[in-house]
Amino acid sequence: MEIIIAILSGVLMTTGVYNLLQKQLLRIVIGTVLLSHGAHLFILTMGKLKTGQPPILHDGIENYTDPLPQALILTSIVISFGITSLLLVLAYRTARENNTDNMEKLRGTENE
Amino acid sequence: MLFAVLLPLLFAILVPMLSKWKHKIHTGIFVFFIPFLIFLYFIRFVGNDFTPVRQVYNWIPSLGINFDFYLDGLSLLFVLLISGIGSLVVFYSIYYLHVSERLGSFYVYLLMFMTAMLGVVLSDNLFVLYTFWELTSISSFLLIGYWHYRERSRYGAQKSMLITVFGGLSMLGGFILLTVITGTTSIQEMITQTDLILSSDYLPLIMGLILLGAFTKSAQFPFHIWLPDAMEAPTPVSAYLHSATMVKAGIFLVARFSPIFATYEWFFIIVSIVGIATLCWASYMAVRQTDLKGILAFSTISQLGMIMAMLGFGTKAAIFAAIFHILNHATFKGSLFMVAGIIDHETGTRDIRRLGGLLTVMPITATLAVFGTFSMAGIPLPFLNGFYSKEMFFEATLHLNEVVNPIANVIIPLIPYLAVFGSIFTFVYSMYFFFGVFTGPKQFDKLKIKPHEAPIGMLVSPIILVVGVVFIGLFPNSVNGTFLIHAAEAVNNAVEIKDIHFWHGWIPPLFMSLAVVGIGALLYLTREKWSNVYHVLPGKMSMNKVYDGLVKNVDTFSTRLTNTYMTGSLKTYMSIILGTIIFVTFIVMISTNGFNMEFNNLAEVTWIELAVVVIIIIAALATMFTTSKLGAILITGVVGYGVATLFVIYRAPDLALTQLVIETVSVALFLLCFYHLPKLEKRKESTGSKLNNMIISIGFGALMTLIAISAHSTEWFDPISDYFIETAYKLGGGHNVVNVILVDMRGLDTLFEIAVLGIAALAIFSLIKLRKDKEAE
Repeated sequence: MEIIIAILSGVLMTTGVYNLLQKQLLRIVIGTVLLSHGAHLFILTMGKLKTGQPPILHDGIENYTDPLPQALILTSIVISFGITSLLLVLAYRTARENNTDNMEKLRGTENE
Repeated sequence: MLFAVLLPLLFAILVPMLSKWKHKIHTGIFVFFIPFLIFLYFIRFVGNDFTPVRQVYNWIPSLGINFDFYLDGLSLLFVLLISGIGSLVVFYSIYYLHVSERLGSFYVYLLMFMTAMLGVVLSDNLFVLYTFWELTSISSFLLIGYWHYRERSRYGAQKSMLITVFGGLSMLGGFILLTVITGTTSIQEMITQTDLILSSDYLPLIMGLILLGAFTKSAQFPFHIWLPDAMEAPTPVSAYLHSATMVKAGIFLVARFSPIFATYEWFFIIVSIVGIATLCWASYMAVRQTDLKGILAFSTISQLGMIMAMLGFGTKAAIFAAIFHILNHATFKGSLFMVAGIIDHETGTRDIRRLGGLLTVMPITATLAVFGTFSMAGIPLPFLNGFYSKEMFFEATLHLNEVVNPIANVIIPLIPYLAVFGSIFTFVYSMYFFFGVFTGPKQFDKLKIKPHEAPIGMLVSPIILVVGVVFIGLFPNSVNGTFLIHAAEAVNNAVEIKDIHFWHGWIPPLFMSLAVVGIGALLYLTREKWSNVYHVLPGKMSMNKVYDGLVKNVDTFSTRLTNTYMTGSLKTYMSIILGTIIFVTFIVMISTNGFNMEFNNLAEVTWIELAVVVIIIIAALATMFTTSKLGAILITGVVGYGVATLFVIYRAPDLALTQLVIETVSVALFLLCFYHLPKLEKRKESTGSKLNNMIISIGFGALMTLIAISAHSTEWFDPISDYFIETAYKLGGGHNVVNVILVDMRGLDTLFEIAVLGIAALAIFSLIKLRKDKEAE
């Protein structure tokens, strides 16, 4: 199963990068979202998948899944959410100010 | 000695104040005492029983970089030239520069230069030598660009800077290699290790790099081109830096390293050939100049070439002649520059075609010029020092050390002829300089100023120098035993004291001198007839064109190169960044056998997981192809919820919870912006660009998959999670291990994650609320 999740993570990153390379702002934001999903699954596969119970302590249970990757991913989810929302608002403001969401048209002047 | 070297620099701090405070009194009067004091300090050392003095002042002892000052005969000669001519030049500049000029800057630069030059000739430490060396380049740059509102000055300053700093940096490379090989930074200690250096594999590189520094500084062919353009500097500067002192720094360097390299035959070949080539080419070119300072610039180049060639010969007689000529050249060339400055000052032009017949108007200046030019030409008269060194030069060309190298065998017989050739042209331009300016028809109507004799103050310095010319000419032996011999000994230990006589009998050098005078006079008189030869050679050829082309092409080339990748398109940058990541990582992984695939110890595949994975994959792929905004947002939501489901399956309740909430909020946010964003257009892209995107994204995805799999297949040690599970309740007091990790064991992460959210919220708020145009209203 780890192989399959690794492939899934790869596919998410592929589509994420592909969207990132597009011209439209919305696609770029979607690309970053997909990339972060891919990364989270990547971290998850690094700990073993499904080797025990959820990491909530109960008497009589010895076998738990690895809690550390989960904590890391949790932190990462929140941060990527912050970034995504900021990017979105930035995209929205950019599109409103410049009347375009085409990245190829959003360029600095010659001397910048 | 340290104080003597740093005195000009320390005094330079006071100069701006002096020039502001006493602006009616010429600042030069205060400055004059500095070089004069230094001259008095060093003149004490002159004497028959001179022995080298060494003084050490710590600077960076841990790196072996110290102010090690070593005063031997060679240094003493240069130090006296620098301080002596420095005093005369400062005195001359008092009359040359008007009080209304920016005198403060002028004297600061000049004093800076003086310290730098004293440091170069006294330093025994390679790196201190290099430091002072570059300081001469910088102060020379400042002095050439003194009248910075003139375009030509800026051009000349930049050119000299680029060329000399190029040489200086090469020299530094040579110095570093020398230090690495010998393990010391002191030149005198290196001389004791000559055998080690000569047997080193890096010898050609070391010598080449050091000679590059010397040749660029001393304006040797083909690096001579900066010197004529440096004539844009005020004339006192040209007299000081570009005839007597700075351009001899390269000569000094070659002389300093002669004890190490002298027995290496390529040293002889390169230095001699470059020196002779410079001598011939520059004296040939000098005849063509029309600007007085232009003639003098090329003349300086050719004389430096002559000295360089003699250092290359390396015989006892040649070394002595070189040292003698360094002194002679400084006297007559300094006086000639000052004469050129006087003519410029009193007639308003330096163009030799507009000058003429000044002999009766400016008799004193003309007398000074006679001595200067005739000495430069090497005319056989017993009161001109130029003749003595020229004759010694001829003698040296006839008695060269035998070298087995085949190239050397070809050039050795040619050298006397080339020397005579160069000297003939030296004679021609010297005569041209004197007779062109002071005799011939008077054409005063073409001049802006009515010419008249210079004020006495201006004449003092050239008079002293010309007295020097005549004194050395009349009593050459007076400077010999006390002074020159010590300098020559520093270069070549085996120099014996040799009396300098005017008359040696009918020997070959005398015939060579007579031939120079005879053919030179003939050529001078028929100058009009053969001057067309300059249209053939150099014709259109010029090192200046090479230099200009180089500077311009480097500029355009780098602009073009930068434009190829700095396109301003984010997409290009992303492609470059990701492409580099993929390429480098793949290369590293393959070359280190990093990919490691093992398929044991895997979790079981269940249908429900597989179904979720397939849904996520389909949704993710769909984001690439959809053209509807709403569609794209919703499909992204599907991916997020799919991931949340996977978290549920993989026993991560907190993650699933967070992911669900956040996905919901994200989709809501997307939908909020959705209305305001323009429509997703159908992609109109070239196939090439599409292919590029595909390759990069698939490459990146494949790379991450491979890394994930091989990371999973490699286990170096047990995870540390057992510790968390064991101690979560005991130490943290909680049952939920993930939460205990987040707030207790790794609480700092959480703190800053909160900070990230807070900053994001503030940023969003300010993005929406704060508008520049609103404030303006």
